[in-house]
Amino acid sequence: MNIITLGVNHKTAPVEIRECLAFADGAIPQALQLLKEDVGLQERMILSTCNRVEIYGTCEDAEAARDRLVEFIGSFQSLPAARFADNLYFYRDQEAVRHVFRVASSLDSMVIGEPQILGQLKEAFALASEHKATGLILNKFMHRAFSVAKAVRTRTKIASSAVSVSFAAVEMARKIFDDLSDKTVMLVGAGEMCELAARHFVNQGVKKVLVTNRTYQRARQLAEEFDGSAIEFKDFHSQLDRIDILLSSTGSPSYLIKPEHLAPALKKRKHRPIFLIDIAVPRDVDPAVNSMDGIFLYDVDDLQDVVSENIDHRKQEAERAEALVAIEVEKFLHWLESLQLTPTIKALRHMAEEISQRELEKTLAGFPDLSKKQQKKLEAMARAIVNKLLHQPITYIKERAEYGEQLPVEIIRQMYKLNEDGHCEEDES
Amino acid sequence: MTFSLYSFLLAGTLLCYTLGMLAGFVQIYRTSPKTSTAENWLITCGFILHLAAFGWRFWESRAFPVTNLHESLSCFSLFLAGVYLWISRTAKVSILGSFINPLTTIVMVWSLLIIQPVQPHPPSLQSFWLPVHVIFSFAGNALLAMTCGLGIMYLIQEHLIKTKRIGRLFKRLPSLNQLDQLSYTCLSVGFPFLTLGIITGSIWASLAWGSYWSWDPKETWSLITWFLYAALLHGRLNSGWRGKKAAILSIIGFVAIMFTFLGVNLLLSGLHAYTAR
Repeated sequence: MNIITLGVNHKTAPVEIRECLAFADGAIPQALQLLKEDVGLQERMILSTCNRVEIYGTCEDAEAARDRLVEFIGSFQSLPAARFADNLYFYRDQEAVRHVFRVASSLDSMVIGEPQILGQLKEAFALASEHKATGLILNKFMHRAFSVAKAVRTRTKIASSAVSVSFAAVEMARKIFDDLSDKTVMLVGAGEMCELAARHFVNQGVKKVLVTNRTYQRARQLAEEFDGSAIEFKDFHSQLDRIDILLSSTGSPSYLIKPEHLAPALKKRKHRPIFLIDIAVPRDVDPAVNSMDGIFLYDVDDLQDVVSENIDHRKQEAERAEALVAIEVEKFLHWLESLQLTPTIKALRHMAEEISQRELEKTLAGFPDLSKKQQKKLEAMARAIVNKLLHQPITYIKERAEYGEQLPVEIIRQMYKLNEDGHCEEDES
Repeated sequence: MTFSLYSFLLAGTLLCYTLGMLAGFVQIYRTSPKTSTAENWLITCGFILHLAAFGWRFWESRAFPVTNLHESLSCFSLFLAGVYLWISRTAKVSILGSFINPLTTIVMVWSLLIIQPVQPHPPSLQSFWLPVHVIFSFAGNALLAMTCGLGIMYLIQEHLIKTKRIGRLFKRLPSLNQLDQLSYTCLSVGFPFLTLGIITGSIWASLAWGSYWSWDPKETWSLITWFLYAALLHGRLNSGWRGKKAAILSIIGFVAIMFTFLGVNLLLSGLHAYTAR
């Protein structure tokens, strides 16, 4: 039995190919059915997002399954195989497990650490199991993938820092003010990026939003959206003492905000700090204000630097995550191996023989006068009991295994606690 | 040899403080709940051992053990550790320990370097006012040391934000507002203690030496220190001194404290001299 993974992602295929290969939600049930009938995958599921299209499954002959899969995709999506064959990757067993764990943990994502993929994987799995396309192995496999993803999120800092300019502005504000809930934000100008950043600030709970714009009408519109108030453009300098955070993105060719505007404002607000975010190009805020005590100025480039620093940080954390994934892959493979027949029968026999040996020794110790012959008789009896008791269950699991059923093996292992390695069994959702 | 049990306890204390300090440094490099717990645990252990040593010395010498430089340094270190533990438990400011525990450790090393057996002390030190004066003064000093540590953290973080150096240290240090607020809290608790330390000191002086205030260097310097902190507190309350300005002043204030505590005795001479130098 093999676990296989076949697919394309944003690294291996351009969007033109990915969009052709993507499965529409409505088409997936039919595709799952065909994957069983035409390709011969016993268990299977399809993950189709805008960045990746992947099929996971279990089968007896991985190489044959691979060829049939390519054929199936070509005919299902009506695309000649030659057009996408080079973009495909195919993994089996250990590599396949590692790949899926990395996908679930967002180590394979375009922006490392972004969490959407886990939700998409959960949905794909739910859809497949709803259509009874998954069984013992994929169920276990996916649940393990989800718990690996969770462990990566909580034990590394892979998703802890902002990777967009507008969110980086919020992150910086937090490092200055800590709590944003009693803060006032002013928007000068109505650029798109400014609006986005303002929305982030509102989501983080800032108390009040003030908007000013050269056209007062536009300022009023925007203010309404944020439940804030509009200010006449010519008056906004006089309001600088009321605000804690200022987002600026006007088309002004010269500096709008200079040290002489901020000095009186600072004095009036008893030197409580002001954080200025200048998203405009050319800039709206005189860079000289950054050297004033209590004034912090960040422009687009500064925020971009924060973002790339954070992305670097995520990459460092990804290395730690890879180590976590590697351990979990080992554990999962260990479980998979245990599903095989021979080691299970061996373990079962070993356990039974150990018990009979122990009991025999105890009994013989109570009868020191027994002759050699009598001892031999007792030993033979113990062995016969063990063999007869085990005969039926072993025949049964052998029979079922011929039909490709692993469940009886798993049940035997659980009934007799044959899994020496206990954490293979713990499951989280 | 009772002296050896005492030094054994102090050595254990120093070991814990040192390891706690190192755990704090690791914290800056890579935060993890494990190192954070280790840091807290080590400082707590050190504090308990230290308290035991202090109690032992108290019982042995039948007087509040701050009668020479060794004992005073040890006592100051004990207060630093205690105040740090209390604040880190209530305020949850990350990596504060990395800035405070080095001071605690250095004071402890110094104290151990000049360790002395119990000596008979002059009658002026066998007074009810000795522990009162010392407890107020050291509690104040330790709290103002926190203010200083937080001020240093503030200046570093402010510098990192202004120069846009968004590295590891930036991520570890708390927000400016948290640092400023906690520094203010420590100041507003520490200052009354400092004041009480000076007042109880002068009451004790009047009982022991017959005069409330005799302008010996220690008294003069403690007054200078008091005025510095009074100015800082006043500025914070009334003139909106905060952030950088307040941070710088809190560092200067602590330098004055250390001079009053140690510099005066080591460099100048006066009534407050420790019995052994």
